[in-house]
Amino acid sequence: MAGKSVLKRIDWLTVFIFLALLTIGWVNIYSSTFSNEGVSLFDFSTLHGKQLFFIGVTFAAIVLVLALEASFYERFSSILYIIAMILLLGLYPFGKTIAGATSWYDLGFFNLQPSELAKVATALALAKYLSDIQTDIRRRKDQLYAFLVLLIPVILIVPQPDPGSALVFFAMVFVIFREGLPLYYLGFAILTVLVFITTLMFGTIWVTIFLVLFVILFLLLKRKTFKVPIFPMISITVIAILFSLSVNFVFNNVFEQRHRDRFSLWLRLEKDPVKLEKIRKTIGYNTYQSEKAIESGGFFGKGFLEGTRTKGDFVPEQETDYIFSTVGEEWGFVGTSTVVLLFTLMLLRLVYLAERQKNPFSRMYGYGVISILFIHYFINIGMVIGILPTIGIPLPFFSYGGSGLLFFTILLFIFLKLDSNRLKEGI
Amino acid sequence: MKKLLLSSIIVIIGLTFIGRLSYLQIFSFSADQVMEDPAIKAIYDYPERGYIYDRNNKLLVGNDPAYDVMVIPREVKALDTLEFCQLLDIEKEKFKKELRRARIYSPRLPSVLVPQLSKQDYARLQEKMRRYPGFYIQKRSLRYYDTNAAANVLGYISEVNERDLAKDPNYVQGELTGRTGIEKVYEDTLRGSKGVQYIQKDRFNRDIGKYKDGILDIQPVQGKEIHITIDKELQEYGELLMNGKRGGVVAIEPSSGEILTMISGPTYNPSLLVGRKRSKNYSKLHYDTISKPTFDRSILAESSPGSPFKTLMALVALQEGVIVPSTNFKCYNGFYVGRTLRGCHCGGGTRNMNVGIFKSCNAYFVNTFRKIYEKFPTTDEGQDVWSKHIESFGLGNYLGSDLHTGRKGRIPTKEYYDKWYGDNRWSSSYIISNAIGQGEVSVTPIQLANMTAAIANRGHYYTPHVIKKVAGKDISIPDFTKPKYTTIDKKHFEPVIQGMADVYRKKGGTAYYLQVPDISIAGKTGTVENYTIIDSVKTQLTDHSVFVAFAPVENPKIAIAVYIENGYYGGRYAGHIASLLIEKYLKREITRKDLEKKMLERTLEHEYAKPYSGMPFEINEYDWSQHAIKPKTEEIPSK
Repeated sequence: MAGKSVLKRIDWLTVFIFLALLTIGWVNIYSSTFSNEGVSLFDFSTLHGKQLFFIGVTFAAIVLVLALEASFYERFSSILYIIAMILLLGLYPFGKTIAGATSWYDLGFFNLQPSELAKVATALALAKYLSDIQTDIRRRKDQLYAFLVLLIPVILIVPQPDPGSALVFFAMVFVIFREGLPLYYLGFAILTVLVFITTLMFGTIWVTIFLVLFVILFLLLKRKTFKVPIFPMISITVIAILFSLSVNFVFNNVFEQRHRDRFSLWLRLEKDPVKLEKIRKTIGYNTYQSEKAIESGGFFGKGFLEGTRTKGDFVPEQETDYIFSTVGEEWGFVGTSTVVLLFTLMLLRLVYLAERQKNPFSRMYGYGVISILFIHYFINIGMVIGILPTIGIPLPFFSYGGSGLLFFTILLFIFLKLDSNRLKEGI
Repeated sequence: MKKLLLSSIIVIIGLTFIGRLSYLQIFSFSADQVMEDPAIKAIYDYPERGYIYDRNNKLLVGNDPAYDVMVIPREVKALDTLEFCQLLDIEKEKFKKELRRARIYSPRLPSVLVPQLSKQDYARLQEKMRRYPGFYIQKRSLRYYDTNAAANVLGYISEVNERDLAKDPNYVQGELTGRTGIEKVYEDTLRGSKGVQYIQKDRFNRDIGKYKDGILDIQPVQGKEIHITIDKELQEYGELLMNGKRGGVVAIEPSSGEILTMISGPTYNPSLLVGRKRSKNYSKLHYDTISKPTFDRSILAESSPGSPFKTLMALVALQEGVIVPSTNFKCYNGFYVGRTLRGCHCGGGTRNMNVGIFKSCNAYFVNTFRKIYEKFPTTDEGQDVWSKHIESFGLGNYLGSDLHTGRKGRIPTKEYYDKWYGDNRWSSSYIISNAIGQGEVSVTPIQLANMTAAIANRGHYYTPHVIKKVAGKDISIPDFTKPKYTTIDKKHFEPVIQGMADVYRKKGGTAYYLQVPDISIAGKTGTVENYTIIDSVKTQLTDHSVFVAFAPVENPKIAIAVYIENGYYGGRYAGHIASLLIEKYLKREITRKDLEKKMLERTLEHEYAKPYSGMPFEINEYDWSQHAIKPKTEEIPSK
């Protein structure tokens, strides 16, 4: 029986971490939506009650995912991708608008967010395209197609507007890298981001000086042992300097004020402490409150249901994007570091699992899963603890929300199903 | 390589997160102090402020409960305005106006709608208030004064300001604190400590229950009552006598240093600084820059002591052995400084110390002063010895009393004169005016009273203070209960005190007509020349009238200093007032009604108006029977 063999071969470590995160997440949702009125755990009018229901639905979905044939996912990935894209497109005429973003289908009791489905579908489709025997990622044309697979959902999601979710798809570039995209693409990307940030912080002159010094030093020290393409290097430097010159223009004229404020806050561009404090308490209100809540937790935290700031709803969107601040306040450093460790452990375990796949499709899909989970985890916690600007995406398995929980789980368990099936593939 | 890339990014990000979290939660962790936690609201329960009694258990300051009708505009529901106005007993128009004002102030915060209801109104309203959401009654406690006197001693309370808040975290915006006087110095004792209830709230500031079921709540502690050394009856009587006069009066019990009365004229009714009209009244008092009612002359007015200072010259000279009581000096109806003759009012002739004191002979003490300096090879040494002796009487420095303010006065040192004249370029002749209490010396009335107490005690004094009992228990503050000794031996006091007693006893004594039947008093008059600048011309004004005295001579119970600005010679206003207060204190009744009548009726307002009149004026008018008579108008305390 397929069911029995799946239970034997599934990677239980990942399943345990998954269950641990799910449990901790729900406990904190319970705490952040708790009121003294003594309602039952299963009262579905409360958010923690609803979340409990979603967890039930999720378990049903897990059974379904594991019960299907492993080959089904590879075979139907293209169709799933097309369905997901149609659903995204359908939002424009039929979507429901919540908090300014038209990102949901109203299914009565349940609001479906198709961008969550699109993440799973895109991960599958990308893996399918890259693992195709005819695809050679070293070819420019194939690189372009691979990017296109990622770009289509982005184009559909950005205007909703939901730039946070769009960002997630870019994270899947990791998969392409793993499969042979030259690393200098990554180098370009990192260079772009670095030049952008350092220009904002120190100005074009310092960036230019630094870049020129870097090139000169590099040429002086490395010339003999290492053949360096001098021309591309210098031209990249020149491009970087030109880019740096354009940064201020883009920042002041293309960006909107709210974006500028977020950067001002993040990079501490505002030097006037009074104004900075004002930005902190207005634009950065959420982050300010969540940092304060986490800080007030200390090493051991205030205890379950004892978080005064949590109870007072001081951190907005606390049960969704800012759920990690509740962990910080009520469970302290012990709690937050445990959660960070669990995520790190899960991601590393998934890398290990992906690398042991014999089937390239499974491996590439595995990398897609890792990329998606990682980017959520990185941006969400980074934002909540104040080292990244505010970008609203949920923390996987933690944040309140049905679609999110359901599709993160499906995303993960499809991979666990593929992994449990890896030995059969070879035969 | 590519395999490791993603893994290492995951690990690096994990470490970064842990690092940031340990920074937040371990290094910059400060436990949410209950008070600073924005999610917790503290509700305070204020204890009653302690009562203040006088030395004879008479109430000076108590508390009056006051009930304010408060309104939170946004919580107000539609109501029958007419009925509600009838209930509150206000007009509909006024009600609407007040409500509008409250809404402009803040729709969410409580404002006072109708202040200070009577107890009866409160009882009637209390039950019905429930029917009107948005309105409630708040009880507060106001200071209640059982006297019109002693405003300068008692001080007043007012709301804490930014500075108080920064200094003492126990205060919260809107609380009251002592500003001056007893209220300030004994703030901690009188205030007690407030109770606190902690309430958990949400970000919209709504209450959502008790924080931790109230285990952190604190019960209020009642403020302690205190007794002060002031004699209420004497204080009130003294202030009555001071009506229309500027100056300071301080009386001290020599055997303990307890301040019996401390009067500053003009003064004000302490009830003026209570309640809603406090700030309006305060501005009125504060901006009266001519008569300065808020300036406590009894402890702040520094001026020349005048002739009472001569007693110290005699004591210093006796101590230094440069004269004996029988030493004679000749008075030429004055004395020579170089070739100039400076005047004296004593009548002239050969004087010994006794006559010198009771007739207040300038020439005698100028010569005595010179003798002191001549004992030493240099003026510098003379000055050192002289100022050391004088300072031992508590002059020239803060007394260390428990009053909220004070002044040093000035006993010049050699450095002071070196600065003026240059090193070794001055001699006793330059500073000869010091001998008769003019010149560069200056004192405050309380210092003068303390000096008198030291003479009365024959060589020691107790730091003057106003605290007597805290919560019914006598104080035991070593600073106030241990004697401080002067540098003069006890034996030298008797001849000086005899001279002071003869001021009253002997014909020709400067206070011969101010004797109190059956009480032996020792005193010393003083008449202080003073100047002001009018249109940039130095102009002499009528002399200040000064008097120090203690009684009874053998067993002193009261030592008093009276300083009346522009009251002319010492025996006039100051002498009269000192005499009356001594009688009042020792006998509790006044036998010399004519003397009393004079003091109650006569004012010096005409004298104080002179420099501002813009007209030429006479000073030191001998005839004072025509001095303006102003019936005492009691300022009506506004509540």
